[in-house]
Amino acid sequence: MTKNPFSLEGKRVLITGASSGIGKVIAVECASIGADVVITGRDESRLNSTFLSLPQGNHGQIVADFQKSDDISKLVEALPKLDGIVHCAGVVKTIPFSFMDVNDLNFVLNINFTVPVVLSSLSLKMKKLIKGASIVFISSISGVYCSFIGNSLYSGSKGAVNGIVKGMALDLASKDIRVNSITPGMIDTDFIRGGIISDEQIQIDKKKYPLKRYGRPEEVAYAAIYLLSDASKWITGSNLLIDGGYTLN
Amino acid sequence: MSIDVFIKNFAEQFDETELSIFCPELVFRDIDEWSSLTALSVIAMVDDKYGVRLTGDDISISKTVEDIYNIVESKLDHK
Repeated sequence: MTKNPFSLEGKRVLITGASSGIGKVIAVECASIGADVVITGRDESRLNSTFLSLPQGNHGQIVADFQKSDDISKLVEALPKLDGIVHCAGVVKTIPFSFMDVNDLNFVLNINFTVPVVLSSLSLKMKKLIKGASIVFISSISGVYCSFIGNSLYSGSKGAVNGIVKGMALDLASKDIRVNSITPGMIDTDFIRGGIISDEQIQIDKKKYPLKRYGRPEEVAYAAIYLLSDASKWITGSNLLIDGGYTLN
Repeated sequence: MSIDVFIKNFAEQFDETELSIFCPELVFRDIDEWSSLTALSVIAMVDDKYGVRLTGDDISISKTVEDIYNIVESKLDHK
C-alpha cells in the first residue's frame, strides 16, 4: 500500500470541546482517518455520546470543565503522549459593546483564548507533546478578517488567538512543533439556533456567502486533519481561511 | 412591571428618535433608526433590567412595543 500523507494513522490527538458542534465532528473525522483520539468536554453524557460514535480505535475521554483551572491541570496530567491538539472549545456571547461588563469580557476571553493557551503550555511543560506534534486552534473570521454586530468580545478573543499562534509557532519551531489556526465563517451547528439571532436573520445572512450556504462542520474537520497530518509538515504559524467566500465581499 | 417604565427603557436604546413617539402601539420596525443593533440592544436591556432572556425569534414575531412587553411579562411569570 502506498503511504498517504493525509492519513492520521498512528497519531494520537487531543480534541477539546468534543461534546458538541465542530469539536464533535472533528473527533469523529480524525478517528475515521486513523487517529487515536482523546476527547474532552464539560458535559459527561454528551461527551460519552461523542465517544460512542467514534469508529474503532484506541480512544479515550476525559470530562473537564474549562471554567475550573483545577480541571485543566488534571486533564493534562491524565493525558497520554500526543501528536496533536485541536482546540475547539469556545463560547459566543452576543452583546452590544455598550452593554458589556468585565465579567462578560473575562468569560469569553478565558474560554476562547486563555484556556487553550494554558492547556498548550501545560502540555509542553509536562512533556505530553512529542517532537513533530501539531497544535491547531479553531479561530474565526470574526476578529481576524471582519466582525459582526454585537460580536466584539468574541472577535477580540479570536483576534488574540491568531496573534499568539504566530508567536507560539516561532517559539516551538525548535521542538519541531507546528502551530496553526483555522478561521471558519459561520458553520451550521446547534450553536447558532434558538439564540439571540432569529431564524429569519440566519436565512438572510446565508445569502451573503458567495457559495450561498453556511459551512458544514466536516469542512472544518478536513482542514484540521490536513494541519495535523504529515502533508502539512512545512506549515507553521499559518491560518487557513474557510468561509465560502464570505470575506471576498 | 409597568409598561410606562418599559417604554422608557425601550426608548433609551435609540439615539435620534423623538422620545414622544414611543407608545405601546408603536410599530418599532417603522422607526428609521431600527436596526439589528437596536434589536440586540433591546435584548441586552431586557436581560439587564428584568433578568429575562429574549430570543431573536421573540423580536421577529413582535410588531409593537407592547408585543415585546407582553413576552417579557409572560417570561417573568414563568420564572
